Amino acid sequence: MSAPNKSYDPVEVEALKPEEIERMRDEALAAFAAADSLDALQEAKVAHTGGTSPLALANREIGALPPHAKAAAGKLVGQARGAVNKALAGRQAELEAERDQRVLVEEAVDVTLPYDRVPAGARHPLTTLSERIEDVFVAMGYEVAEGPQVEAEWFNFDALNIGPDHPARGEQDTFFVEGPEGGTESGVVLRTHTSPVQIRSLLSRELPVYVICPGVVYRTDELDATHTPVFRQVELLAVDEGLTMADLKGTMDHMVQALFGEGMKTRLRPNFFPFTEPSAEMDMVCYVCRGESVGNPDRPCRTCSSEGWIELGGCGMVNPKVLTACGVDPQKYSGFAFGFGIERMLMFRHNVEDMRDMVEGDVRFTRPFGMEI
Amino acid sequence: MRVPLSWLREYVDLPATETGRDVQAKLVSAGLEVETVEHLGADLKGPLVVGQVLTIEELEGFKKPIRFCTVDVGQANGTGEPQEIVCGARNFQVGDKVVVVLPGATLPGGFSISARKTYGRTSHGMICSGDELGMGDDGSHGIIVLPPETEVGKDAIELLELVDEVLDIAVTANRGDCLSIRGVAREAAIAYGLPLRDPALLDVPGPNAFGYPVQVSDPLGCDRFTARTVTGLSPEARSPLWLQRRLQKVGMRPISLAVDVTNYVMMELGQPLHAYDRTLVRGTIGVRRAEEGEQIVTLDGVERKLHAEDLVITDERGPIGLAGVMGGANTEIADHAEGEGTTDVVIEAAHFDAVAIARTARRHKLSSEASRRFERGVDPQAAAAAAQRTVDLLVLLAGGTAEAGVTEVVAPSAPHTISVPADHPDKVAGVSYGRETVVRRLQEVGCDVYGQDELIVTVPSWRPDLQEINDLAEEVIRLEGYENLPSTLPRPPAGRGLTHRQRLHRRAGRVLAGAGYVEAPNYPFVSEQVFDQLGLEADDPARRVVRLTNPLNDEEPALRTSLLPGLLGALRRNDGRGSHDLALFETGLVFLPRSEQRVAAVLPVDRRPTDAEIAELDAALPEQPRHVAVVLAGAREQAGWWGKGRPADWADAVEAGRLVAREAGAELVVRGGQYGPWHPGRCAEFVVVVDGAETVVGHAGELHPRVVKAFGLPARTSAMELDLDVLEAVGDDTPQAPAISTFPVATQDVALVVDKFVPHADVETALREGAGELLEGIRLFDVYENEEQLGDGKRSLAYALRFRAGDRTLTVDEASAARDAAVALAGERTGAVLRG
Repeated sequence: MSAPNKSYDPVEVEALKPEEIERMRDEALAAFAAADSLDALQEAKVAHTGGTSPLALANREIGALPPHAKAAAGKLVGQARGAVNKALAGRQAELEAERDQRVLVEEAVDVTLPYDRVPAGARHPLTTLSERIEDVFVAMGYEVAEGPQVEAEWFNFDALNIGPDHPARGEQDTFFVEGPEGGTESGVVLRTHTSPVQIRSLLSRELPVYVICPGVVYRTDELDATHTPVFRQVELLAVDEGLTMADLKGTMDHMVQALFGEGMKTRLRPNFFPFTEPSAEMDMVCYVCRGESVGNPDRPCRTCSSEGWIELGGCGMVNPKVLTACGVDPQKYSGFAFGFGIERMLMFRHNVEDMRDMVEGDVRFTRPFGMEI
Repeated sequence: MRVPLSWLREYVDLPATETGRDVQAKLVSAGLEVETVEHLGADLKGPLVVGQVLTIEELEGFKKPIRFCTVDVGQANGTGEPQEIVCGARNFQVGDKVVVVLPGATLPGGFSISARKTYGRTSHGMICSGDELGMGDDGSHGIIVLPPETEVGKDAIELLELVDEVLDIAVTANRGDCLSIRGVAREAAIAYGLPLRDPALLDVPGPNAFGYPVQVSDPLGCDRFTARTVTGLSPEARSPLWLQRRLQKVGMRPISLAVDVTNYVMMELGQPLHAYDRTLVRGTIGVRRAEEGEQIVTLDGVERKLHAEDLVITDERGPIGLAGVMGGANTEIADHAEGEGTTDVVIEAAHFDAVAIARTARRHKLSSEASRRFERGVDPQAAAAAAQRTVDLLVLLAGGTAEAGVTEVVAPSAPHTISVPADHPDKVAGVSYGRETVVRRLQEVGCDVYGQDELIVTVPSWRPDLQEINDLAEEVIRLEGYENLPSTLPRPPAGRGLTHRQRLHRRAGRVLAGAGYVEAPNYPFVSEQVFDQLGLEADDPARRVVRLTNPLNDEEPALRTSLLPGLLGALRRNDGRGSHDLALFETGLVFLPRSEQRVAAVLPVDRRPTDAEIAELDAALPEQPRHVAVVLAGAREQAGWWGKGRPADWADAVEAGRLVAREAGAELVVRGGQYGPWHPGRCAEFVVVVDGAETVVGHAGELHPRVVKAFGLPARTSAMELDLDVLEAVGDDTPQAPAISTFPVATQDVALVVDKFVPHADVETALREGAGELLEGIRLFDVYENEEQLGDGKRSLAYALRFRAGDRTLTVDEASAARDAAVALAGERTGAVLRG
């Protein structure tokens, strides 16, 4: 640090007279105000705030003043410079705004132009609907289980209490797989339902088991407006201590509420499936008319044909024989299961009129469904 | 099972106001799937009366024979004068009683009748056929000729029971008892809380020694055989109208009296019956398994080779019937129209083993009304009553005489009892029914119930499906009403969410859809010629397929080993429908046979299979990895106001593979390859390292022009396919965050001249390694070929290198040194020279 300057000039400096400082300030302000472009303002800025501008020079003189005069002069010059800088910034902002105004108008575009440079892709609604259903159950604590599509008959039939001579076995329209050396006996089929995944889950998981099993299944139906030989099911299995049909109904009620909205409910009708006992057919209240169309010819409902209910699928309490085949003690554990076709749900949930639209891969069908459903 | 309401009402006094719809609702709620209620004669309106043909005048000169008739309809036409009617049918003569519809009436289908001019005469009504009255086609298309005793002028709507409701019930496989009016009536009685008049409660004489001799050699296959004989049947006797009508309503065609009666009793009681012409049966009737090589011609005229497991009915000569399935032609009862006509019959009412019948029916692809019932369970206790009912009807309707002999061969058996805790139904349902309700409901279905906390339940003979305690629980719960079950939610343990494989499956779909691909799932059925179309080598493992024995389409008997055939089909279909700019994807299983094929065993079901048994079953299944594939054609980027479009090409296909691999967190090496479907110069091979070994997981690129042609695809179609499961296995699910340096970046561009066929990937790898740790990123930004400037067979690759240090600002010299090291290594490895 240098020593204080003792050799100051005893004479008052002309340039630091208050009226001089005011004049310099006013000239600067006038010059800024007069600048009509950013370039002109830049010139004025250099002239009035640059290193050789009068105010800058005056500022330099302060150092030469005697100590008693420094403070007053410093204040004087400082105030003037402050005013000048403020005016400069203000004018700068004004001019920039004017320029932006002009340029942005010039740069305006037609925002209605399309930009389908790479048209959007989409996932198939059967995939996304299946995932949507899986997610409802995953949120409840269920896990998603999968299994092979080419499946051993034991998994597809026998373990599910559909023995070789069970009438239901012949009713399943099964695709059979050729055996070794082209023989007809292989013990292997294209799975006719996702139920074998129940068996695999019970064999491979620790109890209690709560799984949701989505997947592709096969039946020997010709493709037409309402049938397809390759379709998707979602099946649910819960095996735990003390599970009841009331739990089954509550779980289904929850599912239809999650998928179709508040106030939805299901109905059970007795039916028969070898792998459940008791067994039931499951209907859900029509999500469109909520039953209002029943007996009301003025307000017919296309979705449920004015039945008020939509058939969903089959369900029931896991047959104790199935538990036994999986090494689960039916005295201690009980379970429930239900399954239904995704195609059907997609049809009534999204007004798909022809099954073929779902299997032909036409991009015009799939695109509107986007990424999620 | 079709159930006419009028027939049902014979055994249950349903309230008169109950409609078919009402009964349907009750039965559905009790567990019978009543699919439809058919309202017969709903739009039928008289006058429809019995008439007698007085005169017939044959009209000439028309394309077909036409008759002008006068018919006496009594006072039904208001005048008593003969009614003049033009008729095109010929199966009647003067004096016949016929059904006449008079002007003002409406026939089924809304067909209004009025007097009208036709064939030059005026016809005041019509003489009716069964068809026209909605009675079902009897095959003749002729008009109905009524029995001569029918009263002229009588209302035919009532006479022919034309107005009725018929419930059509889809009977489930466990409820054989409901394949009869008796069974459905029992359910209706329970549902309405009304008593049942059981049609099987008949006075039946006990067995004696004078009956037709029967020898049952297989009491396991046939635990009951009742034989009765009726003689002196009038061969002229026809089934009365009421019987014919009932058969028609349940969907059977009246044939001849004896056959109609056995069918009628089967429908009524559920017991299949068979009537043999006694004069054609030689000696003792036997029941045994067939002998290898035996044959029989069944009633349908088909000669069948018998299997040693088939149960057969025999006489001295050999088989005369396929037990419980179909009778033999050699003992068929004959109608009077066919010569002599049968006068003496032996009635068989037997009970056969369900499994034996099911197997025989399946083996001979011969499902009959009888076999359908035996497979699903027939009430063994009803056999004697059914035989009696048949005898009674034959005596009543055909003037026969019941012989006193009654044969009954019965294998001893005890009724089935089940021990069930009284609160078991409560536990199954989650409802407190209480013991009283449980006992009452079980009694209603016909069970005998004893005991307090532990119930001893004897199930009725007609419910062989009631085997286990849950079967009993179901009876209670369904009768208490499924609709009254409460709704509760169980509490599953906390789940772990989706597996890595499941998440990858979803992510692969999302990333591809995000990149503009549309998902198109396809059937897995392929022809084996498709592998020729794909240009696979003769020994390509992908040619080994899983085949179906019963494919839908004989030309596509195999399961896919690649997703491409299906996807290319979808591409072509879309293209044909006018969508030309296409990017499709599919994720799905492919099916790869194992090198050693074996038959999957049938494991026991009374215990858990061992792990070894399960492993063996799995080893009999093909491998079923999940693949992902894309196909592209047309424009990948559209032309528009922004400028030109860009056609889809090999690079898009390769990039699709990279996108998926990135989602999997797998390090995918892309290198030039050659494989069947792809253009040999535009095919990328995808490689990952599995357990230290390089493994090819897929290919991508432009398709071979031959493949494009073979599949009829747009030119330059490109495709990618890879094994998603392998990617999942090698993928890293937990990417590590890089250290982010906030010091400034130093960029350096280099242009390297290399031989044309040096892959960029090799150059980039060398640059990366050579540049060392300071290299933050590298990007190829230009590829340039110019023979004059670069020389023949050369090209220039221009890279932007970004350098940065984590702890300081790099100096220009440091960055340059790193760049020089990178270029040096690239030069050493690939012969790259810095472009001057």
